[in-house]
Amino acid sequence: MPNVSMTVNGKAVSAEVEPRTLLVQFLREKLSLTGTHVGCDTSQCGACVVHINGKSVKACTTLALQNEGAEVTTIEGLAQNGEMHPMQAAFKEHHGLQCGFCTPGMVMSAIDLVKTHPNPDEKTIREGLEGNICRCTGYQNIVKAVKTAADNMGG
Amino acid sequence: MYDFNYHRPGSVDEAVGLINEDAKLLAGGQSLLPTMKLRLAQPSDVIDLGGIPGLSDISVDGSTVTIGATATHASVAASSAVAGAIPALADLASGIGDTQVRNVGTIGGSVANADPAADYPAAVLGLGATVHTNSRTIAADDFFTGIFETALAENEILTKVSFPVPEAAAYVKFANPASRYAIVGVFVAKTSDGVRVAVTGAGGSVFRASGMEAALNANFSASALDGIAVASDDLNNDLHASAEYRAHLVSVMAKRAVQAAGG
Repeated sequence: MPNVSMTVNGKAVSAEVEPRTLLVQFLREKLSLTGTHVGCDTSQCGACVVHINGKSVKACTTLALQNEGAEVTTIEGLAQNGEMHPMQAAFKEHHGLQCGFCTPGMVMSAIDLVKTHPNPDEKTIREGLEGNICRCTGYQNIVKAVKTAADNMGG
Repeated sequence: MYDFNYHRPGSVDEAVGLINEDAKLLAGGQSLLPTMKLRLAQPSDVIDLGGIPGLSDISVDGSTVTIGATATHASVAASSAVAGAIPALADLASGIGDTQVRNVGTIGGSVANADPAADYPAAVLGLGATVHTNSRTIAADDFFTGIFETALAENEILTKVSFPVPEAAAYVKFANPASRYAIVGVFVAKTSDGVRVAVTGAGGSVFRASGMEAALNANFSASALDGIAVASDDLNNDLHASAEYRAHLVSVMAKRAVQAAGG
């Protein structure tokens, strides 16, 4: 089996994988990073979003081998020294979740959104989260959380 | 998905050498991987073009915008050079799928896949672009040949697409609310050789609406399209929209595109 090496949440990792191994399977099954969820498995719901070289990507629709040498950040890699990332803190503050299944992907997409749009209005936030589906909240509190986080992140 | 042999060539020539009749080329994978996961495709070999240096370059040279095959939709949408030369092209790229798909999906993958509902084929045909491969160039009018079918030969790799800069252009689509694929998308371009109108999503393959082009050549304004419609006979009829509804949408989207292009 081929070998794949990448940096995940700042740590160098390497493993043998079947070529058909998806990045999300590699993260969850090889690295036990189960914070990245598999929802629809058809690149629609966004529960599996991680950052690859700083950009949000659906980890269910990229092969582990395609990401040889990449820098990957998952939801587990956001908190620093026990402090939640401002986006995580804002989701908590505004209760931007109910069941929580979509939350890891939602947070990862939202961070990428704020990076490209530092001061997003509501329309920009809703459009920017088009690739993430939440079936609980009706999105209201998610939008509030992203707006707050953008303000707190210095937008 | 079924297992396969994975290859990551470092050059186009190396990639061409790896092709066999059961191989698939992988660019961004946003169409190929879902197809493989559904076991609708079972390639023996997957040839990943993502590691080939220079294949994602974007350049604007005078009156031509050239985009490398593995340039992502996000990079085209964010390119100030593209937005400056052909704003309609950057705008089209910014409306494909969602942010995460745009961060990975590529122009070469979209054009070579020739999905009947994809956006890029409308720009390629609407602008009269030239498709470059490892061995030749193909005019847009000769490139799209049917449902998921193109003029590309089995051992041919799309390397870049060059778009002539038009006088004015716009792309307007009626998107499926879930997938953002075009139920109908119309690309209108006013060029020195006349007006081109390309329609995606409506038929088995992107096509030119010649009746609309003739009307717009006489008078480049939305009102010139009053009473002009494409025939619904050969249009797609599925759970998203009937053929008659699609025919109606073609006229509506075409008028909006002409208006957006300043007509």
